[in-house]
Amino acid sequence: MQIERPRDLDELLAGLDSHPEATLLAGGTDLMVDVNLSHHRPETVVALRRVDDLATWDDGFIGAGVTYARMEAGPHPALAQLARTVGSPQIRATGTIGGNLGTASPAGDTLPFLAAVDAEVVVASRGDRRRLRWEDFLLGPKHTALRPGEVIVGVQLPERLPQRQAFAKIGVRQAMVIATVNCCVVRDEDGKTRIALGAVGPTVVRTPAAEELVSSQQQVSATMLDEFQRLVSDDVTPITDHRATERYRRHAAGVLARRTLERCLPR
Amino acid sequence: MSEVTVSRPPVRGGVGESVQRPDGIPKVTGRFEFLGDMHAEGMLWGATRRAWVPHARIERIDTTPALALPGVHAVLTQDDVPGHRYQGQALTDQPVLAEERVRYWGEAVAVVAADDPETARRAAEAVVVELEELEPLTDLELARDRGEVFRHIPVRRGDPDAHGEVVVEGTYVTATQDPAALGTEAGLAIPDGQGGVDLWGPTQWTHVDLTQLAACLALDPGQVRVQPCRIGGAFGSREDLSLQTHIAMLALRLDRPVKMVYDRTESFVGHVKRHAGLMHYRHEADRDGHLVRVDAQILLDGGPYQLTSQAVIANSTFFAVGPYRCDNVFVDGYALRTNNPPSGAMRGFGANQPCFAAEAQMDRLADELGLDPIELRLRNAITQGDRLATTGQLIEHPLPTDEVIRSVTAIPLPEPEDDDEPLHLPGGTGLTTPRDRVVRGIGYAVGLKNLEFSEGFDDFAEARVELTADGAVVHTAAIEVGQGMVTVIAQVVRSVLGMSRVEVAFDHTGQIGSAGSTSASRQTQMAGNAALEAATVVRDKALEAGGGDHLDDAGVWRGDTLVTSLAALTADGPIDHHVRYRHRPTDEPDADGQGELHVDFCVAAHRAVVDVDPDLGLVRVVEIAIGQDVGRAINPQQVHGQIEGGIAQGMGHAVMEEVVLDHGVIRNASFTDYLLPTTLDAPTVEAALVEQPSPWGPFGAKGMAELPTMSATPAVVAAIRAATSLPLTRAPVHPEDIVTGPHDAPE
Ligand SMILES: Cc1cc2nc3c(=O)[nH]c(=O)nc-3n(C[C@H](O)[C@H](O)[C@H](O)COP(=O)(O)OP(=O)(O)OC[C@H]3O[C@@H](n4cnc5c(N)ncnc54)[C@H](O)[C@@H]3O)c2cc1C
Repeated sequence: MQIERPRDLDELLAGLDSHPEATLLAGGTDLMVDVNLSHHRPETVVALRRVDDLATWDDGFIGAGVTYARMEAGPHPALAQLARTVGSPQIRATGTIGGNLGTASPAGDTLPFLAAVDAEVVVASRGDRRRLRWEDFLLGPKHTALRPGEVIVGVQLPERLPQRQAFAKIGVRQAMVIATVNCCVVRDEDGKTRIALGAVGPTVVRTPAAEELVSSQQQVSATMLDEFQRLVSDDVTPITDHRATERYRRHAAGVLARRTLERCLPR
Repeated sequence: MSEVTVSRPPVRGGVGESVQRPDGIPKVTGRFEFLGDMHAEGMLWGATRRAWVPHARIERIDTTPALALPGVHAVLTQDDVPGHRYQGQALTDQPVLAEERVRYWGEAVAVVAADDPETARRAAEAVVVELEELEPLTDLELARDRGEVFRHIPVRRGDPDAHGEVVVEGTYVTATQDPAALGTEAGLAIPDGQGGVDLWGPTQWTHVDLTQLAACLALDPGQVRVQPCRIGGAFGSREDLSLQTHIAMLALRLDRPVKMVYDRTESFVGHVKRHAGLMHYRHEADRDGHLVRVDAQILLDGGPYQLTSQAVIANSTFFAVGPYRCDNVFVDGYALRTNNPPSGAMRGFGANQPCFAAEAQMDRLADELGLDPIELRLRNAITQGDRLATTGQLIEHPLPTDEVIRSVTAIPLPEPEDDDEPLHLPGGTGLTTPRDRVVRGIGYAVGLKNLEFSEGFDDFAEARVELTADGAVVHTAAIEVGQGMVTVIAQVVRSVLGMSRVEVAFDHTGQIGSAGSTSASRQTQMAGNAALEAATVVRDKALEAGGGDHLDDAGVWRGDTLVTSLAALTADGPIDHHVRYRHRPTDEPDADGQGELHVDFCVAAHRAVVDVDPDLGLVRVVEIAIGQDVGRAINPQQVHGQIEGGIAQGMGHAVMEEVVLDHGVIRNASFTDYLLPTTLDAPTVEAALVEQPSPWGPFGAKGMAELPTMSATPAVVAAIRAATSLPLTRAPVHPEDIVTGPHDAPE
C-alpha cells in the first residue's frame, strides 16, 4: 500500500492526476471501518489532513476537511445540532463533512442539512473545478458523481441562510447511533420552507408537496401541520431493514418533519 | 475460634471494606495486559475460515491454495484433530471444526497459521470450501415438533384438577441477547517442546477447558496447562471453548507459539449467546390474589450444539414461577436444536427468560384482580420455610423476597423533570421529542435464581493458603473475569488471619485443582469458602506454632505482646493448607421435576421509571431502583458495581439489545448495529442492599451478580407498558412495537 501526503491543493490534484484510482482518506471514520471489515483493500491512499485549503471555513464555504467538532461550534444552528448527534467525541474530532459526502450513506447526517439549504458541492481535479447541486452529486446509496481524479473541496451554502432552521434524528440510543430517520427544516422570514429527510430513500430527499403547503403560509395551523405530516409520510420511500421497518420509517418521517417544522415556527 | 483477649481494630482491607481492585487503575489507564495483548517470541498468527451459511453439506474442502501462499505454515481441518473430535462440556456433539455439515452461520471450517495476521487472513480466505446449502431449522415450535430436543424437563407438582377463579394467559418472546464483552476472543498457545502445551484463552473455568482440550488434542491432562488469563469480560460466554483447541492444534503441529484474535464480527459468531425464548403461560389465582396454579411451556433456542443448554433449560423450568408460592405447578421446559447461533451461558443462565414472562403475568393478574402489583407480589412472596413452587424444595435459608420488594418501594421516586436538556428526553441528542409529548411509566419486577451448581452436580472449589515471612498468598484456579473476585478472596482471608498482607495468586491447571466455574454467582461463596477454610487452618497452625492468641502482619501475638515474628514462624518453610470445599449435595430431579435440586437462592426486586415518546416509540430509562439480597456485602463498592453493570445489561435487553436473526443469519454482527446502552443511555441507579446473612457463605455473603440483570428487563418493559397501555410481550421493545406494530406485523 502506498500513502501520499500532499501539503496543498495543487500537490493533491497533481497526485490524483497520476493516481486517479487512489483512495482518499480524511478522518478515516468510514474508510477504516471498511478496511477493517476487509471490504476494501486500497492500493494507493491519499491522506487529506495536511491540505489546509480543505479545512477552510469562509462564511458560506465549508471546506471538506471541516470536522463535526468545528460544526458543533459553528454559526448554523441546524448544522451544529446535527454535528452533536454524530458518533462520540472521538468521531466528531476527526470525522469530516467531506467524508460524509464521500460515503453518501442514505443516513448521513450532514446530508439533510445540505439538501434543505440547497448547497452546492464543490469538486476539483487538476485544471478543473465543478459546482454540483447536492442532488446532482448524491446519486444513490454510497454513489456520488465524483469522477476519478476528483476531490471534494467543500460545500457552498447560499448567501443568506434563514436563522430558522432545525435538525432532528431518530435512533434508539440517546447518542452515537445511526439515524433511522433524520430531518432538517429551514424557513425564511417570508415563510418559504424547505425540508429534507434521510434514511427514508436511496438518498436524502426533499418533499416538495409538503414544502409548498406550508411555504405559502405565514401562520401554520394545526390542521395544516396534520396535512404536512401526512404529505411527508406519503412522499418518502423507505425500506425495511434490520434497523427499522418501512412502516415505522414512513410514520416517523411525518412526525419528525412536523416537529422539526414546529421548532422553526414562531412560538 | 481462638479466644480474643484484646479488642483490636479490624484488619485493613478486610470484609466489609470497599477495597480497591488491583487491576482498576491499570485498566482505566490502558496499562493492563489483556489476552489480546500477549506476545511470545517467534509466534505465528492464526486465522479461521468460516462458512457464512446457516446450514449446508460440506462437499469439498481444499486447503492447497492456502498452503501455497508464502508465509503460511499450516492449514488444519476437522480431519487434523489429533484426538476426540467433539468439544463442548458434554464432549458429544460440537465438532472442533465443521464436520460434514455446517450447522450455523459463521461456523469454523478450517484454521491456518501464518507469519502475520494479514497473511493468515488471506490464507483463510484462500481455503476452498464447497457447500451445498440446506434449509435451516430456525423455528422453535417446529424444532419441538420435529423432536430436535436437547432436553425436556417436565414439572408436575400438586393437583392437576386445582383451579383458580381468576385466570390470565399470555405468550411471551425474548430475543437472543449477545454478551458483547468488550474484549473479543483471543488466545496464545505455546508448545512446551515435550509434546505438551501452555494455553491462554478466554475462559471462566480452566479445568473444564482442560478436560476438553486434553481429549481433543489426545494428550494427558498433565501435558496441557490451561493458564489463568486476563479477560476483557465474559458474562457466561467464556464457559464454552472458542479458539483454544484451534490454536493448540496449530501450535502442536508446528511446534511454534500461535496467537489468534477474533475481530468483532467473528466474535459475534465465536461465542455463545443468551437463548431466545418462546413461552406460553397461564396463571390462576383466587380472588385474594393467591396463586393457585401455574401452567407454563418454555421453549429455548439452543442453536445446533448442546453446550450448556441442558443446564440452562433446568433454570428456566425450575424458576418458571419466580419468587412466589404456588402449590400446583405444571411446566414443560424444552431446550431445542436449531440452526441459529449456538446459545449457552449468559448472566442469569436461563432464569431470565421465564422471569420476563412470569412477571408480565403477575402484572396482568394484578390488573385482572384490581390489585396493586406490589401488593399481589407481597401476598405471594416466597421466604424461608416455604417450598419452591416448581420443585417443592423447602427453602431452608433466609430468602428476603418480601424485604427486597419493600426496600425498593421505599426508595423515593425520581422527581418529574420539566427541563429541556436533550439528554433528559427520549431521543436524546437527536432532539426528537418535546417535553409535552413525554409520558412517564413505572414498572416492577422481582427475580429469583439459584446460587452455585444444582441437580446433583459435584460442585467444589479448591484453594491453598500459604503463609511466609512476606505475608499470605491465596492460590486458586478461580478465574477473575473482571467481576472482582480478586479483592473478595483477599478480603476474606485478611479477616480470617487478621493480616493485611494478603495476595491472590491465580494458578494454572497443573498447580492446583479446579475451583469450578466463575459463573452461577458462585465464586464469592465457593472459592471464598475454600479460602476461608484454608486460612482458618493456617491461622490455627500459626497460633499453635507461635504460641499466641492472634495474628497480624508482624507475627503471632499473645495479648499485646508479639511472641513470634512472621520470619521466625516460617523459618522452616511456609505454613500452608489446601482445601477442597464442597457445598452440601443436591438431588437430581425425579420424573416429575421434584427434589432438593438447589443449594441456595437469591432474590432482587427492580423498579424502573421510563419516559416514553409514544408518537415515535422512543424510550428513555430514567431510573432503576433495586432491592438486592446480598447476604452480606464483602465489598460494598463491588456489589454496587455489579448492580450498575447488571442493570445496564438488563435494560439493554429491554430496549435495544437483540441479535437480529433472519433464517439463521445474523443481520447485525457489529457494534454499529448491535446496540449496547452507552453511558448516556444508562439510567440512574438507586440500590438498597438487603443483608440477611447466609448461614454458609463466607461471613454471611451470598453470590449476587446475576440478579441485577434478570428482573431489570421485565421491570423496564413493565414501565413501558404502564406508559403506553400496550401489551408488549416481547423483549426488547423496539420503537415499532410502540408505534406501528412489530417487524413481522402484516402491513
Ligand atoms: C463510531 C462511529 C459513529 C458514527 N456515527 C455517525 C453518525 O452519527 N452520523 C453519520 O452521518 N455518520 C456517522 N459515522 C460515519 C462517519 O463518521 C461519517 O460519515 C464521517 O463524516 C466520515 O468522515 P471521515 O472524514 O472520517 O471520512 P473517511 O472515512 O476518511 O472517508 C469516507 C469516504 O469519503 C471519501 N472522502 C473523504 N474525503 C473526501 C474528499 N475530500 N473528497 C472526496 N472523497 C472524500 C473517502 O475516500 C471515503 O470513501 C460514524 C462512524 C463511526 C465509526
